[in-house]
Parts: sequence; C-alpha cells; structure tokens
Amino acid sequence: MTNSMNEILETDVMFAIGTNTTEAHPVTGYRIKQAVRNGKKLIVADPRKIELVKYADLWLCHRPGTDIALLNGLAHVILRDGLWDEEFVNEHGEGFEEFKSAVEKYTPERAAEITGVDAELIEQAAHMYGSAEKATIIYAMGITQHTTGTNNVMAIANLSILTGNVGKRGTGVAPLRGQNNVQGACDMGCLPNYYASYQKVDDKEINNKFEQAWNVALPKEPGLTVTEMIDSVYRGKLKGMYIMGENPMLSDPDSNKVKKSLQALEFLVVQDIFLTETARFAEVVLPAVTSVEKEGTFTNTERRIQRVRQAIKTESEAKPDWQIIIDLANKMNYSWEYPGGPEQVMEEIAKLSPLYGGISYSRLEKGGIQWPCPTRNHPGTMYLHADGFTRDKGKFHSVEYLPPAEEPDEEYPLMLSTGRMLYHFHTGTMSRRSQMEELRSEELMMMHPADARENSIKDEDRVQVESRRGKVSTKVQVTDHVPMGVVFMTFHYRETPTNNLTIAAVDPICKIPELKVCAVRVNKAGA
Amino acid sequence: MVDKVKVNINGNDYFVPENYTILKAAEENGIDIPTLCYEEGLPITGACRMCVVEVRGARKLMAACATQVSDGMEVLTESERVVEARREILRLLIANHDLRCLTCERNGDCRLQDYCYRYKVEDTPYKGEVKDFKIITDNPFFIRDYSKCIKCGKCVSICAEVNGAHVYEFINRGFDTKVTSAFDDPLPETTCTFCGMCINVCPVAALVEKSTLWKGRPWEVKKVTTTCSYCGVGCQLKLKVKDNTIIGVAADKSGSNLGHLCSKGQFGWDYVHSKDRLTHPLIKREGEFVRVTWEEALNYIAGRFKDILSQWGGRALAGLSSAKCTNEENYLFQKFMRVVLQTNNIDHCARL
Amino acid sequence: MKKEILVCQGSACVSSQSRDVYDALESELKVRGLEEKYSLKPTGCHGFCEQGPIVLIEPEGYFYCQVKDKQVPKLVDCLQEGSVYEELLYKSSETQEPLKTRNEIPFYQKQKRLVLQNCGLIDPESIDDYINSGGYSSLQKVLSMEPDEVIKEVKDSGVRGRGGGGFPTGDKWYYGRQPQADKKYIICNAEESDPGAFIDRSILECDPHRVLEGMLTAGYAIGACEGFVYIRSEYPLAVKRIYSAISQALEKGYLGKNIMNSGFDFDVQIKQGAGAFVCGEETALIESIQGNSGMPRPRPPYPAEKGLWDRPTIVNNVETLSNIPIIFDKGASQYARIGTQQSKGTKIFALTGKIRHTGLVEVPMGITLREIIFEIGGGIKDDKKFKAVQIGGPSGGCLSEGYLDFPVDYDSLIDAGAMMGSGGLVVLDESTCIVELARYFLSFTRMEACGKCTPCREGNTRLLEILQRIIEGEGKMEDLDRLETLSRNIIDTSLCGLGQSAPNPVLTTLQNFRGEYEKHVKERKCPAGVCQALLSYKIIQENCKGCGICMKHCPAGAITGEKNQPHNIDADVCAKCGECVDKCPFGAIVPG
Repeated sequence: MTNSMNEILETDVMFAIGTNTTEAHPVTGYRIKQAVRNGKKLIVADPRKIELVKYADLWLCHRPGTDIALLNGLAHVILRDGLWDEEFVNEHGEGFEEFKSAVEKYTPERAAEITGVDAELIEQAAHMYGSAEKATIIYAMGITQHTTGTNNVMAIANLSILTGNVGKRGTGVAPLRGQNNVQGACDMGCLPNYYASYQKVDDKEINNKFEQAWNVALPKEPGLTVTEMIDSVYRGKLKGMYIMGENPMLSDPDSNKVKKSLQALEFLVVQDIFLTETARFAEVVLPAVTSVEKEGTFTNTERRIQRVRQAIKTESEAKPDWQIIIDLANKMNYSWEYPGGPEQVMEEIAKLSPLYGGISYSRLEKGGIQWPCPTRNHPGTMYLHADGFTRDKGKFHSVEYLPPAEEPDEEYPLMLSTGRMLYHFHTGTMSRRSQMEELRSEELMMMHPADARENSIKDEDRVQVESRRGKVSTKVQVTDHVPMGVVFMTFHYRETPTNNLTIAAVDPICKIPELKVCAVRVNKAGA
Repeated sequence: MVDKVKVNINGNDYFVPENYTILKAAEENGIDIPTLCYEEGLPITGACRMCVVEVRGARKLMAACATQVSDGMEVLTESERVVEARREILRLLIANHDLRCLTCERNGDCRLQDYCYRYKVEDTPYKGEVKDFKIITDNPFFIRDYSKCIKCGKCVSICAEVNGAHVYEFINRGFDTKVTSAFDDPLPETTCTFCGMCINVCPVAALVEKSTLWKGRPWEVKKVTTTCSYCGVGCQLKLKVKDNTIIGVAADKSGSNLGHLCSKGQFGWDYVHSKDRLTHPLIKREGEFVRVTWEEALNYIAGRFKDILSQWGGRALAGLSSAKCTNEENYLFQKFMRVVLQTNNIDHCARL
Repeated sequence: MKKEILVCQGSACVSSQSRDVYDALESELKVRGLEEKYSLKPTGCHGFCEQGPIVLIEPEGYFYCQVKDKQVPKLVDCLQEGSVYEELLYKSSETQEPLKTRNEIPFYQKQKRLVLQNCGLIDPESIDDYINSGGYSSLQKVLSMEPDEVIKEVKDSGVRGRGGGGFPTGDKWYYGRQPQADKKYIICNAEESDPGAFIDRSILECDPHRVLEGMLTAGYAIGACEGFVYIRSEYPLAVKRIYSAISQALEKGYLGKNIMNSGFDFDVQIKQGAGAFVCGEETALIESIQGNSGMPRPRPPYPAEKGLWDRPTIVNNVETLSNIPIIFDKGASQYARIGTQQSKGTKIFALTGKIRHTGLVEVPMGITLREIIFEIGGGIKDDKKFKAVQIGGPSGGCLSEGYLDFPVDYDSLIDAGAMMGSGGLVVLDESTCIVELARYFLSFTRMEACGKCTPCREGNTRLLEILQRIIEGEGKMEDLDRLETLSRNIIDTSLCGLGQSAPNPVLTTLQNFRGEYEKHVKERKCPAGVCQALLSYKIIQENCKGCGICMKHCPAGAITGEKNQPHNIDADVCAKCGECVDKCPFGAIVPG
C-alpha cells in the first residue's frame, strides 16, 4: 500500500475494485464501512454482489477480466471532462501524451460494451473519483490474478497519477496483500530476481555487495518463478525442491499439472506444520512450528513491520523454520552462527536491506514501524512518495484491454472465478483445523438462479464442475450475488480442490496465474 | 492546529487542546477517571455515568467522557460529591447483577469489581428485583450471560459502528432494558460474523469466550502480544495462554487494527493444538513415511542436495518460501538457496 | 351581521358527543331552510372541557354548556326568536345565577388568553379564519427584518421555553444562528406525553397555523429551510389539523419556496412518534426522527450546534412557538410587560384533579397557585380540604398548602422543588395518600425511562421498591433517608432531563409531607386511608344489626357473629378488600 490502512478513514472517495474486502481482509473492510458511515463515498467495481455493494454509492458490475476497459473508460471521462490534476501530471507524470491517446478510444460507450456496465454509471464513477479532493483505490487479487494482472495494476496507477492522488495523506493505491507475510517474504528477497529490499540480483554492484557480506560467490542470473518451476520440473530441468510452508497442490492453478510435476521431482523436501497435500509427495518431511511458538516479525500490507512473539513452548520435536534452515546449512558445511536467534537475523537484515535499515527488535517493542525506515532514528513512513516520485515511478503506462486466456464457449459455457470467504483462509490448513470449521465445513459454489434453472440445479444440490483441466465435486448455493454466466468457488477445501479446474495461463510480466477467469461446465452429480 | 486551553483538574493547571473532553485531558495527565461505557473510537453514549465529575459552576455533575473542556474550567474528579455519586451508581449496578464472583470468569479482570474495590462498595442496600436470565449458548464461540450485563452498550456500538453487522440492539425500556439480537434470534441466524469484538469490549462477564470457561483465573492466564497469522492486514492481538495452551484472544490496541479483529483472528487458533501437527521428521521409505531423528533427516537431505549440486549445479534446484513464515525465516531461506544451493530459483505464493 | 353557531370540536367535546350536536344542528338548519341565515362552524377547544360540548353563539357571545343533540331543536327555536336558551347557560356555583357569556364565568375571569386567543373562535381547518383574525401578519413583519433583529426581538421579549426547562428562546435561536452549515432544522416538539397534559394538543387542534407561523419565524431567524413537527400518533385530530394547515399554507404561499416574495424558503414535514415520554427530551426526539430508538444523547454538544443529522437544530415546543407571533404582533416590550421579572408572558396549565373546574387555563406568569386553584378552578370538589398540588407533570413537584401564595414562574417553582414542566397541574385533596401519590408518579416515569443511563434505569426502580415497601407497611425509618439520598444522586447524575427530574415527586413529598411518611413507617398507618395494607376495618357495634350480609361477602372469612347480634372482624384474617364496607346496608363498617 502506498498509504496506511487507517488513512482510508480520511479519504473522500474510495474506489474498491477486485477486492472482497469484508471477507478477505475483514478489518480493512471495517475501515471502509466506517468511512461510509462517516459520510465518505464508495465506488465498488466487482462482478459479484459482495457485502461492500450494500455500502456503495455506485456499483459497477463488470464482467470478469474486463478491468482495463473499465479503468481506461474512467480515465477517458476524467480527461474528457477536465477532472484531472494538470499541475501534478505536468510535474510528475511521464508519458502523458501517449497515455492520453491510448485511452482516447475507451469512450464510456466502448467501455460499456466490453464491461457490461452502463455508460452512464461509468461517467458517474469517473466524476465521483475524479472530483474528489482525496481518493483511494483499493484492490486485491481480483485485479492481479489475471493474464493482464500487471497491466491492470498499471491502469490503476494511471488513474491515481492522473488525478494527483499520490504522495498525500488519505490518497494513494491500496493493494491488499493476501497472506500475513507476503509483503515480508517479498521484502526479504524470496523472489527469483531480487535480494532483500528489491535489490536486483543481476545488478553487478548489488551482487558484489551480497557476495562480500555472505562471503561466497553468488549466481548472477535471475531464477524461476513458481509457475515456471512447475514447468521446468515437467521438462526435467529441475531435479530437487525445497518447499517451506507452502501448499502449491491446493493453491496453484491446474493442480493436476502441479501433481505431475511434484511426482517427477528426483528429490523433494517439505517443511510444514501439517502433512499437507504437497507434503505427501515429499521424500523428507520436516516438522516446523507455528507462529505462536517462535520469535520473529511479519510485515503487513501497509508495510508495517511487527513482532511475532512466542506464546507457547513446542511439545514435540518440531522446530522453528529458522532453526531448521540454520541446521541444514551447517550440515552442508557452512558455519552459520546466529546465537541470538531471529533478533540477530534481523540485525543482518537491517545491514543489507535499506528499507529495513533502522529496524531492531528493541524499536519494535512499542509497536510496528512502516518501511522505508533506513536509519535507527527514522520514524518509519506512513505514506510513500511524499516528496514526489523517485525516478520513473510517476510514469503513465498505456495499457490495452485484452480478453482473458480462456473464455466460455459452447462446451464450457460458464465462467469460473475463485477467491476466499470470511471463515476460512487460503488452503484451509489452519482455519479448517479450528472452530471456524463449525461455521462452514464445505464448499458452496455460488451460482445465479437463472443458470441453476437452466441446469435443473437446486440450492444445496451436489454437482460436478468440469474444465479442460480437471473436475471437482461441490455443493451449490443458488444466489444472485454472482451474475448470470459466472460461478464462484473458494480454494479452501481439499475435498473440493478448485484449482483442479483453474488455468495455468500467467501474466507475461509477473507470472501471476489467471485464477479469476476460466471456463467450466456444471453437471448435476449422478446425472 | 488546535488551540490549547487551561483546565484546572484537582487543583493543578493543565494545558490541553480545546477539542479534548475532560476524560481525555485527565487521562493524558495521569489522572484516572473510572469508565464503564466509554471506549476509544466508539461514539460517546454517556450511559453509565461512572465518569461524572464536578465542574465548577455547573449545577449537576458532568460526564467526563462527554464534556468538552473550556478555558478556565475547574474540575474535581474525586471530590466527596463525585465519589458518593459513583458509589451510588455502583450500588445500583451490583443490585441488579449476578454477584457470584467466586466462580466468575472475569473475577479479577472486571471493571465493576475493580471500581467497587476502589470506592469501597462492599454491598448494596437495594435488595429488590434482580433480572435473571438463562445463559445463552447459541453459537460455537461464546456465551451470553445477561444476568451480568450492565447495559454499557459497547457491544451494541462496536457491532454496529465497526463491524457494521448491527446484530445487537437494546430492547424494552427502563428497568426491563436488555441487550439482545433482533427478535432474540440465535446468533447463527443473525448477521453475526463472529468477529468477537463484542467480547473484547465487554467490561464484565456478560460475553465470554467458551474456550476460556473454567480454564483458569484471569491472573493465571498469560497474555502475549503478537501478530495474527491469517491475512495481510497484520492485526495485533493478545493470545491468552494457560498451561501452554491458547485458550482465547484479547484485544490489543497498539496496531492499525486498533483492537479490532475478525472471526479468524479471534477464534481461529486451535490449529496450533491440532492432533494433525507434524511432531517429528519423516522420510519416505518404500512409499511409506517413517519416523526418523533430526540427525538422520538433515544428513539425508544434505547428502541429496550435495549430489544434485555436484551433478547438475544450482539451476537444478529450486525453493519455495512461505508467506506464512517470519521475515527472518524468509531471509534465511533465500540466503540458504542462494548461498548454499547456489540458485536464484526462489519464489513464494505472493501471487496467490 | 350573520349569526354564527360555533360548535367545539376539540377532543374533549368530541368525546362528549359534540359531533352529534354539530350534525343535529346541521340537519335542523337544513330542515328549516336556515343554512343561509346562520353559519355553522366547527371550532377548537375553549378549555372548559368538563362543561362540554360547548356551543357559542356569535355575535351575542352566548356560551352554552353540556349541549345534547336532543336539545338542538329548541336551541334553533331560541336562535330564531333571538332569545337565550337559559337551561344551557353556565350557572354560577355560588349564586346559581345563569351567566350568559364566557367572560362572566369565573373560570375565564382571571385568565389571560393570548396563545389561546383564537381557540374556540375560529375554524382550525380554515386558513382564512386564521388570516382574518390577524394570522401571518407577524410573519410579514418578520420577513421584512434582518434575522439578527428577529433574534434580538425574541431575546428582548424574555420568552422562555415552555417545554419544561425554561431556557431563554432568544438565546437558543442565537446559538442556532451562529454555526455555518449546509442545512439547519427547526423541530416543533409536540411529543406531549405527560398524563393529564393536553396543552400542545389543544393548540394544534384549535390553532395550527399559529404553530407554523412560529416555526417559520424560527427558521428565518436561524437560517433553516426545513422543519419537522414531531407529534405523537396518539393525537390523531391534531395530526390531521396540522396536515391540513400545512397543505393550506403551501397553497397560499406561506410555506414552500419564496414565501411572501421574501426569497425565504421553508418546508415542514410531520414525524409521528409512538408516544414515548422520553421522546419529549430533545436529543431522544432527534434520535427518533433519525430512525433510531429514542434514547437521549449527552449534551453538549447541544442540538443548536449538532442536532438532527449532526446539523444545527432548534427544538422548540408547541406552546413556545405559539408565543412567537404574539411577540411580533405586540412588540417585544409590550410582551415583556406581561409576567414577572424573569418569566415573561403567559403559561397554559392543564388543571385537573380534585377541583371543581377542570380544563385548560392560560394565566399570566406570576399569578399565585391560590388564584389558579381557588378562583379559576373554583376550589376543591365536594367541599373537601386542599392537600397538595402536583405541578409540572409526573416529574414535577408536589407542593403543600404553604406554597399556595407562591408566584407561579420558572424560578420560584424550581426553588420550591417543582418545575413548570409541561404545565400539568393536578390538585389533590385530603383523601389522597402522599406516599401513594409519589409512587404513582414515579411508576410512570420509571416505566417511561429509556433505560440508557444507570441512575435513572436502576435508581428509579429502587426508589419505587422502597415506596412500595412503605405502602405495604414494611418501611423502615432509614428508608426515608435512603429515598432522599438516592433521589438526589439520581438528579445529580442522570443523563437527561427525565432522570434528572423523575425523583422530584419523591423529594418534594418527603420535604413537604414527611410526617405522613413517618406515620406509614412508625405507626403503620395511612392517614388518608388509602394504603390497603395499612388499613383495618371495624364494625361499629351500635349500628350493626347482625344481618350477616358482610359475613356472606367476606372472601377471607374474617367476620364472625351471631344472627341479629353485632358482628366482629378478625384483623389477622381480614384481607382488607373493603367488600364488607360496600355491602353493609347500615354503614356500620368503617376503616379505622
């Protein structure tokens, strides 16, 4: 997030697109609802009638996968009606002319045709967002999990630069990170092309710095992303994998392909707290502990580094992941010494990772600190870009609407979109082993009443859902909270492994899979 | 900038912003005024009247939570008149309260009890009608014991103002006033999302997590502040621990969540104690997992990695790190992959 | 001049069948072909409700009381003859002399009818009647003034809120004028829920345009364009009349856009409440309009700063607003001549209880209670002794004989422990038990309390329980002290005016009639003979004929005795039901 979570309360207009905030990020959802109660305006763009729609001043119910057409349509109206921030754009916006001509053709009428949203609604939304003194765009995986995910994000950034909603309190863009420490895992350099703090592995100087710090020669080429890894195993190039606390068998698209890959590996180590669907394919399984049995830090979606504290002692042989990694390194003839444990690891992070330069456990005692925090006496950063943009960050990126990789056809006439629901989390390894299970113990695929009628399906019927890649069985919830032609499923249930159906098509830039759109058909079970 | 005004509290002058309430002015200057219905961030209702203070020139006692300061204001927070008023309010509250404190889950962690102690209210002269309700156990997570409810209204408020679920409402009037769900429906049949915020604002034992019942006295329970392990919002919370077991969750206001939580953060912790937890290293032999020692497991892994490294080099190896693990672990993991396994093939499920 | 027959159609007269009288008159005139000659008109209340239905003949001013429909033919005969229908005239209680006109009746002689000036004399559903009697001329004046001048005029008049607290109306408007806001509101508080009070109802039923004119003036003064009349739905006739007044005013351009070409816009909506006493409290009333449950909110912020939907809002009650046109008609200085130093103008009281003449009376501030009760009200009924007067509604105070010569104004009443309140005035005679009276009023406020704040919710219940104990003969002397300290604490700490005044009846009765409380506690006796549990019955031996009727009817079997011999009551068995007293044909059984 460029800004902070509670700045949502200070914004004038919130534009939530591709985020079912009240279920996937409930506490942020509270803030949006509080802001609405305080008289702030809310625009929701979502194909589903999510809870926020109840609170929204405008609901743009666009077809899945048509975000760019919608966002460009909004930009078109904002430009056409002179609602953009000329001063800001002149000062900070590179590539404006090109962008302007790119959105020229996205008239409200054309955007309406692609998205299925009334042209008039698009105009109203553009006016509401464009004329706000302070506006925030909130988004999540509904924007990113598309083959055009990167471009979707760019289209959002374009809007916020165009209206000058950057670098000021109560404005900005707010991508909501899905997991407790996705932000931290990225910050730490668990990415094929970056070291910690987004320092490029193929930058010579950086590479040198790390070789010196770690006293070893390091690979210079960027590595593979997770989807590329799966492919690479498939093609016999990858032989061994070490998976720590991940469950790609349920979380990744096209599970059958993932399964074949994992089976094809020569050697797989999985380190986890449960014997997950993925761990079953491992040759060695290492027992790790939960976050309540160890010390450490997480970094949340607003870049706040916060302490994780040990609350209970582990009563089995399981060990903290950090301990296991150190032990393993030492078994491989390195001598990693961290007698101070995680606190000492953080000292090393602070030295090598500029965004975390001023972080120490003693400073975190009083509460979290938001990066960038380069030095010991830096208070942390509530919102980014306060002093304008550094280098090319204010650049407009002209992006075009492209249809999803797979669209419904005669054979697979329905569009499947996936996501989360309030009571469970991710692949359910944690939440389904908690009392949450009493609230919702099985998948309920959401289906529009008209589609249900057409397929002679009633509420709570059991059905087979099939795509070109696999099939699963699930119960149905007939509801008008999904539009006609779209069905919605979560990926929380191993009994209904929804990712058997999804497509492994990825965004060409960031390799994110298109989990939000694929084509399926639904048959009544036994029929 | 907000202008500052001079307020005299208990004989001392303080300079505070003019938009402060008496309560806030006192609090910031280390003067404790008792409150039952006040909760920072929720609308001020002025219902309990515990925080009444004497303001010079005012005919009646004023609620400190609801009264804004003004320049030259003179306030007494513990005068005889104030103390007697508070004692009377406490006598009235305990006259209509289930006083079985001996086994109460909030014994020792109860505002009503604390204030009775502070103001030496040992008993009540009012022996009349006492509202007696059956304990409601209509949901998996918490009980509602309205015989202990003091009608502070914080549950009503937080549910409506923060969650937006509007589950609770006051019904009836006067002495018959009680808090309940619409039409007295069981909570699973209402709009309740089981965020549990109502439990955490309850100053008494009217709302109690089932998981803590009979598990330990409040002073035996250790509270550990930590970060929630579910989504990326990073809510701060306090885990309640007794006998090395997590028995519940209390609010913590140090983070951006301001003490607010969702159902997973409040109730989704039993996975830690799940019987399915992995307890020792396993190696697959002839298709079956066999229990091994750490020594065996790590030696075996080191051997296999070394083999692959020597035969194919680092590019034949890859690692998936975890968005669930700590920063330190993720740092060590990528360092391990890059340094030990000589590869940049590192990723995690950031995109999922 | 055409003769007018004015038939009162106020709620009280309607309940004594004045509609039948009206209908009978209508058909009688038709049958005799006199429709053209006489104009028949429905009017609002004259205030002399116990004498209804009332028919007034103009221009002579004949004031006919308790008219029945069967008397209509004769009434019309008299009209045609130009004579007086003597039997229908009010008779002086002293001389039995029939009194022809209203002004001759003592009930009216000490009154000063300003707010009620039109009541009974105009058709409340005719805006023309109102205009013809001078209505909307003060608005005309107001609209030619600057808002600040308007507020100054109201300040200078010294008028104070008639709803209870007596806050100076001009100051309130001044505070409402100060803040800048996109919207402001005027609320007319017609949530009159005191049992026995019907002042606001009567004004709205008799003279609704007067209230609108007051609201318009307030709106113009503070810069509000929207008004609400918050009225209890138990007042259907008042609701109907204010609705019709609004639509007529809209039609005539006294409401809506660009009123009287002044550029001032004002609209009025009606919100019907469910008749909760607490919704008379301004913040609870605002909550109710906003669709929330009627629970007061803490003040400050006062509504003048942050009221309806957080906008500056002025809440004035019906009677206060009805005074406004008078101020501008007469001029502030003229208005300020009426009343006392600190309390200006008149006040309307609903006079009820053990008094000869009950009804609605409007008197100048500063008049004594004695004048109201004995001169206007004609003294105590059935020649009993005056005991006390409860003034200011159920949360007002109960004053003893010593206060009879007290001036009736805001501050004197507060000093006496009572208040102006809603203007309820209940007169009590010697047969009233003072403890029971306190219990009665408190049980009302307790039932009507919203339950939000601790002292009012819990405290009033405890007060009531203590009173109940005393009434049941189980009181202790320390209970009296407890009553007093608890009452004072409730007053001192409650959130809103309801709680802050609910214990007034307890405190004032304790203060003025402590002896009677002590008799209940120490001697277990109720001097008024009201408290059942403290009663005992005895049979006067000389009068008892031994007929056995009492024995037969006693449900407890407490009476014994031989036939034709005087009987006896066993006090331990007696259930104190009083059945024997009622049944004894010889009056031989008495409490004692």
